[in-house]
Amino acid sequence: MIKKTILSAVVAMGLAVPAAFAEGGGTYMEDFDFSYEGPFGAFDTNQLQRGLQIYTEVCSACHGLKFVPIRTLADEGGPELPEEQVRAYAQRFDIFDAELDDTRPGTPVDHFPTSALDSAPDLSLMAKKRAGFHGPYGLGINQFVKGIGGPEYIASLLNGYKEPPACAPEDFPGYYNAAFPNGGVPESCKHEGVSTVQGSWIAMAQPLYGDDVQYADGHEADIHSEAADVAAFLMWTAEPKMMARKQAGFAGVIFLTLLSVLLYLTNKRLWAPIKRKKD
Amino acid sequence: MAGIPHDHYEPKSNGEKWLHSRLPIVGLLYDTLMIPTPKNLNWMWIWGIVLTFCLALQIVTGIVLAMHYTPQVDMAFASVEHIMRNVNGGYMLRYLHSNGASLFFVAVYAHIFRGLYYGSYKAPREITWIIGMLIYLLMMATGFMGYVLPWGQMSFWGATVITGLFGAIPFIGESLQTLLLGGPAVDNATLNRFFSLHYLLPFVIAGLVIVHIWAFHTTGNNNPTGVEVRRTSKADAEKDTLPFWPYFVMKDLFALAVILVVFFAIVGFMPNYLGHPDNYIEANPLSTPAHIVPEWYFLPFYAILRAFTADVWVVQISSFFTGGIIDAKFFGVLAMFGAIVVMALVPWLDTSSVRSGRFRPMFKWWFALLVVDFFALMWLGAMPAEEPYASFSLIASAYWFGYFLVILPLLGVIEKPTAHPETIEADFDAHYAPNTGGTKTLVDPAE
Repeated sequence: MIKKTILSAVVAMGLAVPAAFAEGGGTYMEDFDFSYEGPFGAFDTNQLQRGLQIYTEVCSACHGLKFVPIRTLADEGGPELPEEQVRAYAQRFDIFDAELDDTRPGTPVDHFPTSALDSAPDLSLMAKKRAGFHGPYGLGINQFVKGIGGPEYIASLLNGYKEPPACAPEDFPGYYNAAFPNGGVPESCKHEGVSTVQGSWIAMAQPLYGDDVQYADGHEADIHSEAADVAAFLMWTAEPKMMARKQAGFAGVIFLTLLSVLLYLTNKRLWAPIKRKKD
Repeated sequence: MAGIPHDHYEPKSNGEKWLHSRLPIVGLLYDTLMIPTPKNLNWMWIWGIVLTFCLALQIVTGIVLAMHYTPQVDMAFASVEHIMRNVNGGYMLRYLHSNGASLFFVAVYAHIFRGLYYGSYKAPREITWIIGMLIYLLMMATGFMGYVLPWGQMSFWGATVITGLFGAIPFIGESLQTLLLGGPAVDNATLNRFFSLHYLLPFVIAGLVIVHIWAFHTTGNNNPTGVEVRRTSKADAEKDTLPFWPYFVMKDLFALAVILVVFFAIVGFMPNYLGHPDNYIEANPLSTPAHIVPEWYFLPFYAILRAFTADVWVVQISSFFTGGIIDAKFFGVLAMFGAIVVMALVPWLDTSSVRSGRFRPMFKWWFALLVVDFFALMWLGAMPAEEPYASFSLIASAYWFGYFLVILPLLGVIEKPTAHPETIEADFDAHYAPNTGGTKTLVDPAE
């Protein structure tokens, strides 16, 4: 029995090889070079503003950001909108106020609205609740090198709408996406129950095609950079205190290293009369 | 307090004498801090301080987090996000606390395996070992309940799976599970009692830590040779030992600082590396995650739990002879807790008269294999329950039990230990030039 399972595992691996080459074991996953990666990386304010624009003009039609207070758009290290712009921005949302028992225009102290569609997940934490990298062998060692890859996952997904593979029937529900791992795959695209195609079918129609928005800063709006911009913005919504955290971590590492050196020397001196050198 | 002869606290001033005759607390602290400690302790003896630090860190950060957290199913997840976004330094408190749990378990596993290698569990230190195992069990309970509090998907489904284990116990299981959950399923009542217990248990752990320290201060520390400190006279004892303060306090603090450099790098630069992304999805009783994976520190025992499926022959035999009372699920639960019980019983399972693994040529290899086995189980616990992982898990689980129940009892009989030094002083002098000056020379402050 074990022999048979090993054999089928080898066969399955052999079939998965063409897809697995693309990284991530059967899904397309591009390793984007984000400005905030690494111990000293910082959010790019312009990129966050571009991402906010895409979120506002495209994503917010269906998706919400319920954990994000609108006022934080003015925070240092974030999109850093001027306060009057934040106030004006907040007014574009109708917020339900329990005291008035009615809706009113939003103010900076309100949170972004929740998702407009029940089937559209909230995006506040999307960059932390998805992992772009997993392997090798499920050990997560590449996360150690590349990061967990939430923003990479988002950007790859937005870039991942491709022509459906030939094996799929025309009327299969959803849209083929090479980066989406958990959707349905037609039986005709499976071999012994294992999918032979990269990615799967997703319920969300392709949201970005390139030139969906006119960037205020004149930045090129091809689909690749749009996807990267909105992914960076969603990393900020998921972890708005990332810069402060890295600074605290850096200070901690520096001071503790210094303390380690001092304690090492103290300890060495203290033990010197006990641990005599052999002649 | 200790059986090792040493100088005790003598009150000098009138104020000190006044206090000492009424409450000898200064004497207790003095004797605890000045405890004679074998001078040949190596770097594996630093984990106790790391663990004490972790307990303090978790209690301090935890108390502040509890000021901002709301244990209610509709608000728990949002209150954690409130901590991460709005509370001053809240993101740091939470990441210190969640990664602090990981450091706590890294340290406790290093501490346990240190004890297993150097035979720290052997007479007369059985009580220290048993108390330690109780602390470890409470740590696991506390860690598990703490992981439920953010009310993410892994919180919810982890709680469902783990409390389900208690439901597998025959006859009383269902009532026990209902008692744990406060109802038929994981819900608000569960979250409330887990929060309450998560706050309580660390203080129980703190109490047991005091008993743990009391126990090994009574017997004296073990050391890498396993040879006891000479208690024949104070002069003899002083040749084998040094006072804990300042020698080991400084050494331990140095080690702690180095470990904290790594810890702060993880907290600052990759705080979610050890977590599961699914726990940033709010708990949803209607949607089961594809893989329910516990935190990394439970994985070895989770692998043992899952290894014993209905088609394993020991399970089938048990099921047959108990008329189906011990089914595969209950067998898995017994195996998981049994894996910890055999570890707790190791003082009586190890028959060798030699304490330290350093002088046990065969034991060394079996022990090394146990360490490999532990990491293999950790990996297997994170893998899906399918072939070939299921077979590997079974082999790895079998070795875990085999080590404690067969190999350790047998080794004591068939193994021929190598020669060990007569005294700790002899071991120390084999590495460093002997002290010929007679009296101890401390660092000259004027130097």
